[in-house]
Amino acid sequence: MSTTKTLIYDGSFNGFLTAIFMAFDEKLDIADIQRNGRAQNGLFSETETIFTHLEKAKRVWNGIRKKSYNALTNVYFAFLSETEGVELLLLDYIRKVMGASNGVPFNFSEDTVLYIAQLAKKVGREKHRMEAFVRFQLTKDNLYFANIAPDFDVLPLISKHFKNRYADQEWLIYDTKRNYGIHYDLNGVEMVSLDLTEIHHNRISKSDVFTVEEHAYQDLWSTYFASTNIKSRINRKLHTQHVPKRYWKYLPEKKVS
Amino acid sequence: MDYFHIMEYIHIFGIYTMGMNFERIKQKLTILADAAKYDVSCASSGSKRTNDQKGLGDSSGMGICHSYTEDGRCVSLLKILLTNHCIYDCAYCVTRRSNDVQRAAFKIQEVVDLTIHFYRRNYIEGLFLSSGIFKSPDHTMERLVAVAKKLRLEERFNGYIHLKSIPGCSDELMYEAGLYADRLSVNIEIPTVSGLKLLAPEKNHADFTKPMRKVQQEIQKYRNEHKIIRSTPKYAPAGQSTQMIIGATGETDKDIMYSAAHYYTQYQMKRVYYSGYVPISEDARLPSLGSQVPMLRENRLYQTDWLLRFYGFSVQEIVSEEHPNLDMDVDPNLSWALRNLHHFPVDVNTAEKQLLVRVPGLGLKSVHKILHARRFRNLDWDHLKKIGVALSRAKYFLVCASRHHDHKDRQASQIKALILQNSSGKFRSTYSDQLSLFQ
Repeated sequence: MSTTKTLIYDGSFNGFLTAIFMAFDEKLDIADIQRNGRAQNGLFSETETIFTHLEKAKRVWNGIRKKSYNALTNVYFAFLSETEGVELLLLDYIRKVMGASNGVPFNFSEDTVLYIAQLAKKVGREKHRMEAFVRFQLTKDNLYFANIAPDFDVLPLISKHFKNRYADQEWLIYDTKRNYGIHYDLNGVEMVSLDLTEIHHNRISKSDVFTVEEHAYQDLWSTYFASTNIKSRINRKLHTQHVPKRYWKYLPEKKVS
Repeated sequence: MDYFHIMEYIHIFGIYTMGMNFERIKQKLTILADAAKYDVSCASSGSKRTNDQKGLGDSSGMGICHSYTEDGRCVSLLKILLTNHCIYDCAYCVTRRSNDVQRAAFKIQEVVDLTIHFYRRNYIEGLFLSSGIFKSPDHTMERLVAVAKKLRLEERFNGYIHLKSIPGCSDELMYEAGLYADRLSVNIEIPTVSGLKLLAPEKNHADFTKPMRKVQQEIQKYRNEHKIIRSTPKYAPAGQSTQMIIGATGETDKDIMYSAAHYYTQYQMKRVYYSGYVPISEDARLPSLGSQVPMLRENRLYQTDWLLRFYGFSVQEIVSEEHPNLDMDVDPNLSWALRNLHHFPVDVNTAEKQLLVRVPGLGLKSVHKILHARRFRNLDWDHLKKIGVALSRAKYFLVCASRHHDHKDRQASQIKALILQNSSGKFRSTYSDQLSLFQ
């Protein structure tokens, strides 16, 4: 009887793809794929640590892309959800995609396919929310700075949007939950990690880091926000449905005064 | 004075002048945002302005709602009036000349600065600029165009710009406006000509349609030229829209929707917006202060609008001489289905797309998923439920790969009663007396 294997990878997407490569290449019977640090030993399986290998990861990436671009984005988005156990489901999903001639990502009567599509959708929604709710504050060094703490790891997904849009200003968006950020220096976007001593959500007290006018612009924006509301149509339930409370900390217009 | 004191002096002085300035801008913003809020258009999508010169902004993707007001409406653009001084006296309008309100006016540069500073902080997708009409229509339009031109040429701004076309302005100005704006709109406001006579006797219908026609022709001309010369400058890439006030003049839903259909087909409008009348003054010609904003009716009109634009319905199928008003207790799609039971049931696994989208409870996304999924297997109720179909309504109009069916030979009234009993609606309290008819 062959034993099943648990693969441990470094938590990166390329690491995960390398694990998928191993599973396919060596025709392994996989018990689980776990990220380093979150790993638990199974009783009846061996563990093997995977070293991220860019070439192998690339082959899996291209292999899925050849089958279906849709499947590829679903895999990437669902992976970024960081849901526990998503790796094994993705293996199952990728096996289905690679095994069939075409159309698998649209077979919504299949549980795994529907689940991965829904998960990818959730991540897509969070991506879109971050494109909406990021609020830059201008520092004295002329850097537009924003803190975020998204539900999913969406920084890699929003970088292109912000790069296209704010091509003529230096900006930094920092994920305080995952402790890394993306920084645009007028040429390109790079990943950075900082020792942030203070989290700069929007607050009443002014910080020395930001320009003198920064607070005034936030104030103008809050004024605008209040003035554009129609009181006789008030609908707070709809309001919180669109702007859930967990995002209020980013938004100057939702500052409690 | 030593260095330290000079720096301190500059610092304090800086704050002082800045503070004064900000205070004045803040006052103007309060007045001119408040006056612009009854214009409900909020779209920031549909343009194709990419940022390829490393300038500021990009409006090539989908629109983004950056916030939502407490009334639940989306905030995607900085929506303000240039001024609320107005030479007209339209009864339905809060900025009419006889109304006793505070007046203010932005300078052109002030609007440009506000837009840029808000945009750079990711507060907005762009600018929505409207205005009261001061001096003359042309004088007003000229200033709106000047703001847009400055943003595009001096600030290299590629964000979204929505300008109001001022009724009665010249064709030359309308042409120039389209060169810098993504969207242009003229608000019809009153859906019937007789209503307009009553509430805005100084304006005539042709003043509204003339700029609309000009923009439509320019867009058409741009399209034709673009096919031959790719570098033809863009002209209002996000098209035109208009707005109608609902419930101010006793018009029927048929009046409104036929009028809307007219603008969609004759002027290729991208959107028609419906704005429930919010009572703003005591005027014998209008609903009195304190009367309810017709929000449910507004909702039903939008549902109808969607049926026309995306679901392949013609306006005559939804409202007609026999049914001049939409049902308030059920949505217009269900209402149509109940009147046309002979089209049903529809088989989920074989029916064509055009039929599926007409089933109450099936939206475009569900239909899309069904069409894909049914290539792999016959679908049953369980599949439909997981896909996200609103079965509470759809089950009476569908058959699928299951022996259990809710489509029995029921009368329309029975189906309606069952659906209302087994569901809840946020507007239910407003027509609860009607419910008792079916119990």
